[in-house]
Amino acid sequence: MAELITYRDAVARGLAQEMRRDPSVFFIGEDVAAAGGVFKATKGLLEEFGPDRVRDTPISEEAILGAAMGAAMTGLKPVAEIMFSDFLATCWDLVAVEIPKTRYMTDGQVTMPLVIRTANGGGLRFGAQHSQAVENWAMAIPGLKVVAPSNPRDVIGLLAAAIRDPDPVMFFEQKSLYPSKGEVPDGEIVDELGVATTVRSGTDVTIVALASMVPRAVAAAEELDEIGISAEVIDLRSLVPLDTATVIESVKRTSRLVTVEENPRLVGWGAEIVSIVAEECFWHLDGPLTRVTTPHIPLPSADALEDEFLPSVERIVEAAQKVVQ
Amino acid sequence: MSVTEIAEPTEDTSPEEQVWLGLYRQIFRIRSFEERAYRLFMEGLVKGTSHLSLGQEAIAAGFGEAMREDDYTFATYRGHAHTLARGTPMAGVMGELLGRANGVCGGKGGSMHLTSVEHGAMGSYAIIGAHLPIANGAAWSAQVRGTGQVTVCFFGDGTTNIGAFHEALNLAKVWNLPVVFVCENNLYMEYTPIGDVTAVEHPAADRASAYGLESIIVDGNDPDAVCEVATTAIERARDGGGPSLIEAKTYRHGGHSRADPGQYRPDEEVAEWLSRDPVPTYRERLLSRGVAEDVLTGIEVEAAADVDAATEAAKAAPPPAIEAAYTNLWADGGASWRN
Ligand SMILES: Cc1ncc(C[n+]2csc(CCOP(=O)(O)OP(=O)(O)O)c2C)c(N)n1
Ligand SMILES: [Mg+2]
Repeated sequence: MAELITYRDAVARGLAQEMRRDPSVFFIGEDVAAAGGVFKATKGLLEEFGPDRVRDTPISEEAILGAAMGAAMTGLKPVAEIMFSDFLATCWDLVAVEIPKTRYMTDGQVTMPLVIRTANGGGLRFGAQHSQAVENWAMAIPGLKVVAPSNPRDVIGLLAAAIRDPDPVMFFEQKSLYPSKGEVPDGEIVDELGVATTVRSGTDVTIVALASMVPRAVAAAEELDEIGISAEVIDLRSLVPLDTATVIESVKRTSRLVTVEENPRLVGWGAEIVSIVAEECFWHLDGPLTRVTTPHIPLPSADALEDEFLPSVERIVEAAQKVVQ
Repeated sequence: MSVTEIAEPTEDTSPEEQVWLGLYRQIFRIRSFEERAYRLFMEGLVKGTSHLSLGQEAIAAGFGEAMREDDYTFATYRGHAHTLARGTPMAGVMGELLGRANGVCGGKGGSMHLTSVEHGAMGSYAIIGAHLPIANGAAWSAQVRGTGQVTVCFFGDGTTNIGAFHEALNLAKVWNLPVVFVCENNLYMEYTPIGDVTAVEHPAADRASAYGLESIIVDGNDPDAVCEVATTAIERARDGGGPSLIEAKTYRHGGHSRADPGQYRPDEEVAEWLSRDPVPTYRERLLSRGVAEDVLTGIEVEAAADVDAATEAAKAAPPPAIEAAYTNLWADGGASWRN
């Protein structure tokens, strides 16, 4: 049996699945308990698990992540929500300097089994301070695992994997995907971090995407099909660990690569994929390695501008056509 | 020096005297260790940087004595004293300072990141303010696990001006956490007098009321006074009475770090505080209370021998293996990010 549910409801279902299984899982954040989250993604958790395990916090991002870190070091498995990923900048010390480094600096004396969930990316006309796609910031930090699901089933499976993982995981939910629906099987869903999915097979070009760029890449692949180009679409699902094997194996077959990322152009994750492919399967290539990104500007708010600058189906189609020519 | 020469407290030493001797042992051990650390820094054996607690020993000692074995300590980069006060063996601490494989962090932490989880020393943090929210997390975990463990978090006067301090105090109060925040007010944030950059006279105590906490100031050079305040605050936290914020007035004898001669400090101020040096002052006090001098000498001889042995062990230890750099990033023991 399967059920059609939203990406938003999948978040609550994934959290509930893990909180039922493991009493050491706790969930904290701003407006997450009584209000059910500003995106209503955590509705019902307070009612089921009570105020000890589902807690509202003050607007204190450092205090939230500090609480999660100290608790993780001493036996709990906290999940902390940072309402918008843009706000990670206010607690970047915890994200980039404390949480990922403490296990290493103490030579393994502590473990850090925590998850930071956050609403990431554009598409909702919120302007440049509530729309950044910042998964590449996290990818740049040794010691963080970085996950970004593209559909409701993966929200549950990857969230479960993140919570069960003994290391800190940054869990980026693409906020424009919250209302999107997808089939979710009944029963427990648990995935493995670092395993990409080939969502569509093809022979002419490999398109690598993440989160909300995945449905766009799939739509582009369908258009490309109509003009005789067979595109393979890979959903990376996790940036760290990175499933380079799936990407390299695919590019060796198709001999062409397009990456589609929401990050502004400079040092987006696509650059890393392109560099790995250039180094490790250069002699298999028949076209330029190409990145489709948001231009290197803060994302403007007006719908006309946001739609123009986030990677669109049209831009993905153009890029793929160009590399195949 | 042979251990047999040391006069040990006898069985009929009173419980009160046991505490005094425990405090004296701690301050003397920390003093001896820090003096050696400074010498080894000047000799180029301690690399990078080191921040000493010379002059501030009574705070680490007073709290160390008041804490239960399974309580948690969170310290700053000025953390040698706090790590030692929890019973971390000196050789591992010295080895870490020298960047050797026998260091408590295998040489990956260094002077500013001393940690010994098995002794409750949950880390030394080098970003101002960072560990106050983290200390809350450990306290929250103890609260929900119902273990009765208390978290004690040490930091400097300068740290009261960063946001994390305020976020942490508010949350600690709101969640009624078993945590004791201890501000070691040594009058300087690095090289700047704290009064020049702080809106209130007592940087921690004057802020306490903003978080519904009692304003507590203690003489941080008096081991007895610190131990008493510590015992009260820790017991309150253990009994579910919530957090405390304690401001301990003290002074560092040396500079902020490395070889800083601390010349920005007025001579009279330095002289006044040196006259209140906790080590000789407390020794005098114990003698005047009738503690036998040979018992104190025994403690001193033992501490000196421990420092010598730790120095030898660290010098004899090899540097960390190159491969160790690729271990323990992740819980699986490795550092891999791809397949
Ligand atoms: C966020 C941050 N800002 C600045 C520094 C540099 N720094 C290191 S120690 C220090 C002074 C801290 O003073 P205080 O809190 O009084 O502690 P003390 O060194 O006196 O023990 C400064 C500014 C830092 N480590 N972290
Ligand atoms: Mg200071």
